[in-house]
Amino acid sequence: MARIELEQIVKRFGSLTTVHGIDLTIEDGEFVVLVGPSGCGKSTTLRMIAGLEAISSGTLRIGGEVVNDHEPKHRNIAMVFQNYAIYPHLTVAQNIGFGLYTSRLSKAEKQARIRETARTLSLEPYLERRPAALSGGQRQRVAIGRAMVRDPVAFLFDEPLSNLDAQLRAQMRLEIKQLHQRLGSTIVFVTHDQVEAMSLADRIVVMREGRILQVGAPMELYNRPADIFTARFIGTPEMNMIDATIGDGRVDLGANAAAIDVSGLASLPGDLGAGRSVVLGVRPQELTLLNGEHRDFPIRIEGKVRVAEPHGSETFVLLDLPAGQIVARAPSTVSFKAGDPVFFGATAESLRIFDKQTEKLIG
Amino acid sequence: MSESTKPLASYGTIRPGRIVAWTILFLGGIVMMTPLLFMFSTSLKSAGHVYDLRLIPDQPTLANYIKVLSDGRFARWFVNSTLIATIVTLSCLFFDSLVAYTLAKFEFPGRRVVFLAILSTLMIPTEMLVIPWYLMASKLGWIDSYWGIMFPGLVTAFGVFLMKQFFETVPNDFLEAARVDGLNEFAIWWKVALPLVTPALSALAIFTFLGNWTAFFWPLIVTTDQTLYTLPVGLSSFAVEQSIQWELIMTGAALATIPTLAIFLFFQRYIVRGVMLAGVKG
Ligand SMILES: Nc1ncnc2c1ncn2[C@@H]1O[C@H](COP(=O)(O)OP(=O)(O)OP(=O)(O)O)[C@@H](O)[C@H]1O
Ligand SMILES: [Mg+2]
Repeated sequence: MARIELEQIVKRFGSLTTVHGIDLTIEDGEFVVLVGPSGCGKSTTLRMIAGLEAISSGTLRIGGEVVNDHEPKHRNIAMVFQNYAIYPHLTVAQNIGFGLYTSRLSKAEKQARIRETARTLSLEPYLERRPAALSGGQRQRVAIGRAMVRDPVAFLFDEPLSNLDAQLRAQMRLEIKQLHQRLGSTIVFVTHDQVEAMSLADRIVVMREGRILQVGAPMELYNRPADIFTARFIGTPEMNMIDATIGDGRVDLGANAAAIDVSGLASLPGDLGAGRSVVLGVRPQELTLLNGEHRDFPIRIEGKVRVAEPHGSETFVLLDLPAGQIVARAPSTVSFKAGDPVFFGATAESLRIFDKQTEKLIG
Repeated sequence: MSESTKPLASYGTIRPGRIVAWTILFLGGIVMMTPLLFMFSTSLKSAGHVYDLRLIPDQPTLANYIKVLSDGRFARWFVNSTLIATIVTLSCLFFDSLVAYTLAKFEFPGRRVVFLAILSTLMIPTEMLVIPWYLMASKLGWIDSYWGIMFPGLVTAFGVFLMKQFFETVPNDFLEAARVDGLNEFAIWWKVALPLVTPALSALAIFTFLGNWTAFFWPLIVTTDQTLYTLPVGLSSFAVEQSIQWELIMTGAALATIPTLAIFLFFQRYIVRGVMLAGVKG
């Protein structure tokens, strides 16, 4: 096990720079998840850590040692690939055993390690099978087994679950989390899927266009997203975004002024210059359906139901505002009809204010 | 899957297109089989009956086989051919796929130029290469040696081309996974890449072995010593020794087809199995 330090890591492909100086320290035993849209440099970053891609500039330390110029085999890192990369011509046991290729263990010891790994991953009955005769989830477990069988200083996962169906993905997610708790290993995990990121990570690293936007614990990112991008990326359904301007100490909602009542807001955080264009963010889960009895919310929103989407335990309602739309969570016991006017309330704490230009959180 | 449980649409009905196709294939088969059948037929005839063109010999005899097999020269040529074709084939499998793998999976300056240079040699017919080969062999003292017969074929542009196409289909993830697992580049090629292209290797093995087994022109030119003759050269020398002894040539030729059939049947399994393997990828 070891800590991994990235210092001003840059990746250039010819004249194209795809990773722009990343600083990140992954603590020993930490589970870090890299998220971001396609092409933002997640895989490239991971591959630089693995040694599969040369580092254009910057310093990479693993366990305190600078490893920029070390070949992959000298970094003792294990990697699990998106399409498993297990060998069709080898059996499950041989595939797992591949991870021990360089180990000096005796044959018997290797066999024992392979068995033990297979047992951990519930692969024992399939040891003599070839990958063709395995399900997608089993293949992915073989790939994880090959990584686990030796004691790597860190595990790198590049979207390992994205080829699995939703149910299997949820199951494998749990298994990986348990594995991490059991082994206490350092893990860097790349995913597109924010649910995966939220549920697995000790810390999430949000990337965009080769830069890190925000690093933090899942709930930190959920509650205080540093910018609009992260706010939208973390949490489903997406955070609602409403355009507004700041007019001397209050929020001017323009066309939505009639539908959104913010008069209850005591005050705005200090130095929001008047006339500034902002975006207000509220999560659908932070909206409360107001019916008949009038509860006291500083923010009240009125809209017309467009569609309601029951999820079983809750229902998400898409509302039409004079300008734009928002999504709100309502109890599943309430039914909605398209066109009905409904009221939702929100607390002052749930309101996040972003600068429209810089997209940064300002209040 | 429901696919496989459905009856085949064409099962039980014979469409006109099929009949035409079968007829053409059948005629083609006859055209190709005829010389082969006559070869076997002639090998069973005595010298006096060679020009009796009946397919089934009047008085079949194994005398030719006994004569050819008991002639020490034939056995020697057979061994020469086997040895040469085997070594050249192994060499091609090894070097062609090593070069091909490098060209397919590594980025280095000049990669395209090297590949084009290799490909361009495919455009030059053997007949034109024979003279430089001969000059080379004579300057280096390789005339009348196994090495002299073998050296032009040890690495082939065709093999490089064929194998490169196949290596390109091997997903990089397979190679990178091995790299992370600590294999060196040679081990990655040997343990991961090669097993994934066994169908191509088998095809290359068949082509190369057959090509060398039947090679005539170059072995004829580079050898004068009868004991170094390959089978085709030896058989043709039979032909001109006294009068042309067709029955003996045909017997030799018939015997010569045995290893080629064996090679084909042996490697064919791998081609079929390899195709199935390829379907699993990813
Ligand atoms: N070998 C390469 N040559 C040139 N550009 C490359 C190369 N590999 C990656 N890139 C570019 O680098 C950028 C980052 O790619 P990367 O694969 O890291 O993205 P990613 O975040 O993993 O995306 P995804 O979620 O789609 O996997 C992309 O714009 C990609 O086009
Ligand atoms: Mg990627």
